[in-house]
Amino acid sequence: MSEHSSSESEAVAAIAEGKLVEERLVLWYFVAALGYLAISLAGGLLMALQLVEWNPLQGSEYLSPGRWRMIHTNAIAYGFIANAFLGALHWAVPRLTLKPVGSRALSYFIFVAWQVVVLSTAVGIMMGQAQGVEWGETPTWIDPLALAGLALVAVNFMIPIAKTKGPLYVTLWYFMAAFVWTFLTYAMGNIMPQYFIPGTSGGAIAGLFIHDLVGLFVTPLAWGLMYYFVPILLKKPIWSHGLSLVGFWGLAFFYPLNGIHHFLYTPIPMFLQYGAVIATIAVELVVTTVIINFFATIWGSTRALITNLPIRWFYTGMVLYFVTCAQCAMQVTLTFQKLIHFTDWVVGHAHLVMFGVFSIWFFGMMTYLFPRLFRTPWYSRRLCEWHYWLSIGGIIVMFIDLGLAGMFQGYYWASLRPWDESVAGSQPFWIIRLFAGLVIIAGQLAFFYNIFMTWRMSRRSAARPAPQVTYPAGGRVAGA
Amino acid sequence: MFETKAGVLLIGGLGFFLFAFLSNAVVPILLYRHMPEQTVQQLVEKNENLQYQLEDLNVRYPEAFKKYYGEPGQKAAVEALRLGREVYIAEGCWHCHSQFVRPVSNESERWGKVASSIEYQNELQRPVMFGTRRVGPDLSREGGRRGNDWHAVHFFDPPQVSKGSPMPKYPWFFDGISFTALMTRLEKQDPTFAAKLKEDFGDDLASKQTQVIAAVRKKYPALAEELTLSPDAPNKRGLAIIAYIQWLGSWLEEYPDYERFVPLNEQMQNPLE
Repeated sequence: MSEHSSSESEAVAAIAEGKLVEERLVLWYFVAALGYLAISLAGGLLMALQLVEWNPLQGSEYLSPGRWRMIHTNAIAYGFIANAFLGALHWAVPRLTLKPVGSRALSYFIFVAWQVVVLSTAVGIMMGQAQGVEWGETPTWIDPLALAGLALVAVNFMIPIAKTKGPLYVTLWYFMAAFVWTFLTYAMGNIMPQYFIPGTSGGAIAGLFIHDLVGLFVTPLAWGLMYYFVPILLKKPIWSHGLSLVGFWGLAFFYPLNGIHHFLYTPIPMFLQYGAVIATIAVELVVTTVIINFFATIWGSTRALITNLPIRWFYTGMVLYFVTCAQCAMQVTLTFQKLIHFTDWVVGHAHLVMFGVFSIWFFGMMTYLFPRLFRTPWYSRRLCEWHYWLSIGGIIVMFIDLGLAGMFQGYYWASLRPWDESVAGSQPFWIIRLFAGLVIIAGQLAFFYNIFMTWRMSRRSAARPAPQVTYPAGGRVAGA
Repeated sequence: MFETKAGVLLIGGLGFFLFAFLSNAVVPILLYRHMPEQTVQQLVEKNENLQYQLEDLNVRYPEAFKKYYGEPGQKAAVEALRLGREVYIAEGCWHCHSQFVRPVSNESERWGKVASSIEYQNELQRPVMFGTRRVGPDLSREGGRRGNDWHAVHFFDPPQVSKGSPMPKYPWFFDGISFTALMTRLEKQDPTFAAKLKEDFGDDLASKQTQVIAAVRKKYPALAEELTLSPDAPNKRGLAIIAYIQWLGSWLEEYPDYERFVPLNEQMQNPLE
């Protein structure tokens, strides 16, 4: 027993000396993630300009909006979100297990290899080698490399987790399951519909893939990180361990059963469609328990929503997560589907999930971690606030605007008026969406500038003898 | 069990994933096992509608068709459909156009027969092109609705034939007109200039193409521009994507607004029909 606690105190000392966590790698991952975020925003902007017929880059094969639309989604999923996850995992896993990751050299190898995978995906799509599966457009020759990378990631992080003894914290359940799910999901979606299963049943698998990529890769890793960061920042434990269990096992059971709801009213047998609808509504109930757990946790410390920027990002994301999931439980019904399937409603929903929830959580983590990685407070707290308000304002306007656009489009189509009328009727919404997107981009530019200036400040202070600053785990480093 | 490594990895990670895979993927695979995947050869064998479209493409763009696909037979059809599908995926067409007609929202009034499984059990629907968004209309009953020339102009510059269309242009589906065609046009338009070119560069103008084109560009920039691009000259990819679009729905007898199949030789005999 005493031996156990002495190794723990050694590990804590190792964190303080910066031996346990490879901070440089966390920083690199975040910078790479933000680079891809910029690429993705450029792709989204190009498509938005195309729809309102203001695209200045017509006529170039490599800048075609159709191809950049795929770069837009792939850069967010595999460039921004995956890189940000890897950075955050390198921060969180050693701290949770009190052990370094499997191999430092392997960590750096994975970093380089993953950038090669994502960059070749982008270049491959630009060259016209996309694969015909949504979110799985990764050219077929990259798929084995990506799978090898995912396997190495799982091994590297599973080594410290496997060494821990006794019950595991909820964050690690989510991480462990996500390592298995991400690999299986990627293998299933990128290989089966392409090589083995044609037609309707291939469509069912593609539906599983679209949904599992969000539900079994992004969602569990992101919630795992919420279970890690929120108690640290609030300096109190999660309200209910029992609800954490319900949340994890509910997600694990119901989420994988949702996929077919992307293809309702297709020739996929109706009983499977009904099953997917019911499983989706069940997910909403599970989500409610998780949300209750987190809001009960912050109860009594709600002032942190004003003073603590990362906490504000996290809880805003959770509110939007609840909105997304509530929307999902309704839009997945056959009644709603009649109207909104194939419309911009779904596009609004996707943006709310990927930007309004997960990207926003990463901005919270980055707002918390960049000052720690640079060992200097934020250059400007005011720019952090701008980043928050522009991002949130932009995404909420975009979400409402696209939801309305979707309903209009649905009614235009069902009314059997000529197709052009639905396009003309969408124009006002598309113009508003363009400006909402520009607001989001402006927010990110403020963030990039703030990071750059903070980095410069850290370089300047590094030239002087380093002051002994301690960074308590839940500390209020200026700006955070 | 619910908080141990083995429980999380085996029950949550592996078990529930496999359960979902069995119920949501293996069940439909088993349900459709009596409908084997058709190859492109099988698809084109008895498809007269598609054959008609290929012959029409061959008549309209004879030079290009001969150069890229040879005779407008089944071999050409197979090659064009395979490449057309690749282009359809590479350009992300499927992100703005769906390929299934739903049994709701009056869709069968607009497009025709509701989508059925058999239509998708083939090589060209692997991966299936259901799509998830419609900016433009559904395409699964597009074949035969419009002529090949309409499609060529539409890919070249969509708003020209479809007012207000937000579809991007695809100039890389087109070649320029040939050098001989350019000189023929120049001789009609400005015979003195054409004669002067022959004086300057000798009778065999084709051997000094670069200099000749430079000279033409100075005087007639718009004409020289057509050397690089023209909606009259779809290239290999252009012909393929048009053939692919014309194939979509061509396996059905008819649907609303369907242009009825009239064999090419009858058309020639009765141009007014």
